Amino acid sequence: MNVLLFQPTAFVVALYTVAGSTAEKLAFSPAVLIASLYVFMLAAFLGYQVISRVPPLLHTPLMSATNAISGISVIGSLVIAGSKYDHHQTLASLLGCAAVTSAMINVTGGFLITDRMLKMFKKKETAPKLEAHK
Amino acid sequence: MSHPSYFLEATYLIASILFILGLKGLSHPDSARRGMILAAAGMAAAVFGTLFHPDLYNYTYIAIGLILGAAIGIPMAMVPMTAMPQRTALSHAFGALAASLVGVAEFVIHGSSMGGAKMGALGFEVMLGSITTTGSLIAAAKLQEMMRGTPIMFKGQHIVNLLIFLTMVGSFITWLVNPAFFFLFYVMMACALLFGVMLVLPIGAADMPVVMSLLNSYAGLSSAATGFVLSNNVLIIAGTLDGFSGLILSILMCKAMNRSITNVLFGGFGAVVGTDTGDATGTMREVSLDDVAVQLAYANQVVFVPGYGMATAQAQHACRELGNILEERGVSVKYGIHPVAGRMPGHMNVLLAEANVPYSSLYEMDQINPEMAGTDVAVVIGANDVVNPDARDNPKSPIAGMPIIEVDRAKSVIVLKRGKGKGFSGLENPLFFKPVTGMLYGDAKASLTSLAQAVQKV
Repeated sequence: MNVLLFQPTAFVVALYTVAGSTAEKLAFSPAVLIASLYVFMLAAFLGYQVISRVPPLLHTPLMSATNAISGISVIGSLVIAGSKYDHHQTLASLLGCAAVTSAMINVTGGFLITDRMLKMFKKKETAPKLEAHK
Repeated sequence: MSHPSYFLEATYLIASILFILGLKGLSHPDSARRGMILAAAGMAAAVFGTLFHPDLYNYTYIAIGLILGAAIGIPMAMVPMTAMPQRTALSHAFGALAASLVGVAEFVIHGSSMGGAKMGALGFEVMLGSITTTGSLIAAAKLQEMMRGTPIMFKGQHIVNLLIFLTMVGSFITWLVNPAFFFLFYVMMACALLFGVMLVLPIGAADMPVVMSLLNSYAGLSSAATGFVLSNNVLIIAGTLDGFSGLILSILMCKAMNRSITNVLFGGFGAVVGTDTGDATGTMREVSLDDVAVQLAYANQVVFVPGYGMATAQAQHACRELGNILEERGVSVKYGIHPVAGRMPGHMNVLLAEANVPYSSLYEMDQINPEMAGTDVAVVIGANDVVNPDARDNPKSPIAGMPIIEVDRAKSVIVLKRGKGKGFSGLENPLFFKPVTGMLYGDAKASLTSLAQAVQKV
């Protein structure tokens, strides 16, 4: 699995180097699109393998964990909220700010509640002891 | 976007790896917490790295967003475990909203001058994101009981939905082909927002596990589309992981109900045609608290089967206390969990774990069913359809073929139920009329607490 993880990354880095030097600033060059598709396909395959192994016991934490992780869109939002534009500066910044807020809600809330839930899943040996202390 | 620095890309690469390792940790409860700490570290690295993005020049809006988000997010992590389904629905809405807002901002900034492939990805991002935002808000409102939980249907609903859908897709395609019609982008978005509402309105509360998983999947895929728009790999990876996780869960939930996704979305449960409620006639046998206490106290094995009724009655702690007392008496206590019990995947497991039930006592449906014949007493707590033997025995039943927890194979079944009414699906449950079944009416929490006291006196 780890091998799969690193090969596409190397591939993508190579593509970026080639594409980055030639492509125009905003154009969406075919090389970048293809690289994105590779990443998407491999992530889909990897995701299927990893997530199929999560037991039904942990399906609720899984949902809140993936929610927190997809809060990574905060990084795209940050760039929009803080960049300088020629037109529509205020509108873009405000949209970016709202996006940062929404994504950040999921990042903080998601990781905290996942941890809170996972803390509750105890083995048999430790659970009765805790009970005895009460 | 100018060329990102190597430092920035390195933090994204680290984040991608840590996210995958984090999800890998969730394959076992013992490694799960450590895994999620890794994932959180990955997130922190990516956010930290982005703060040094070469394009950034004004940190005011960034700071406002980060602080405001944390200020709302942290209290949202403190909700009681019974509120998990609506909290999760809300977070699907926020995730999708973030993706849509990024999409709209990109559209405002670059207009239609970004090239076909990028416009396609942007369209998908905003479309899926908008559907998920409003859809999740409706789901959350239903789960919080701010809205009727029953399917909301009206005449010609399918035609209206089809028209909205076609207008949405039509505007999307026309905008792609002819970017000069930039207003079509907003028409598409408006249709998507409306479609999200229409999609979830006709869905009943019992089908929520499927819908939650599906919305999870959409939210993830719209994040992945954001990654395509921004050519950002960590976004693609995290979005795809989220999207596929939701997809896998939807498939599992559908299997556990023996229904297709189309049937869940367009069927409107409870309004199913050709209902044959079966030969569920006869009398229900009511049992007294003391009878049940004696049965439990002298049993070798007791299996608790919880349903959504346990969550509404907040009965998980009372259940655990009764289980403890029985275990002290040497009774083997197990909990049988149906995959769609409750309102979201894994809902019952979290509630019981909160009540300090060790995870080794929580059994999946396929693990507990072979043990049923050797079980002296099966206690059904606020569950109905997931233990309905009609699903197995009556091919004409609307839930025919749905896998169930076969409590009727136990030597004795005790059903804790609020009243004599039917279950959510409106189906009669022949289990309640079987000679082996005893009905104990009343609030589940109060019944379990009284049972625990009664067992101690035996």
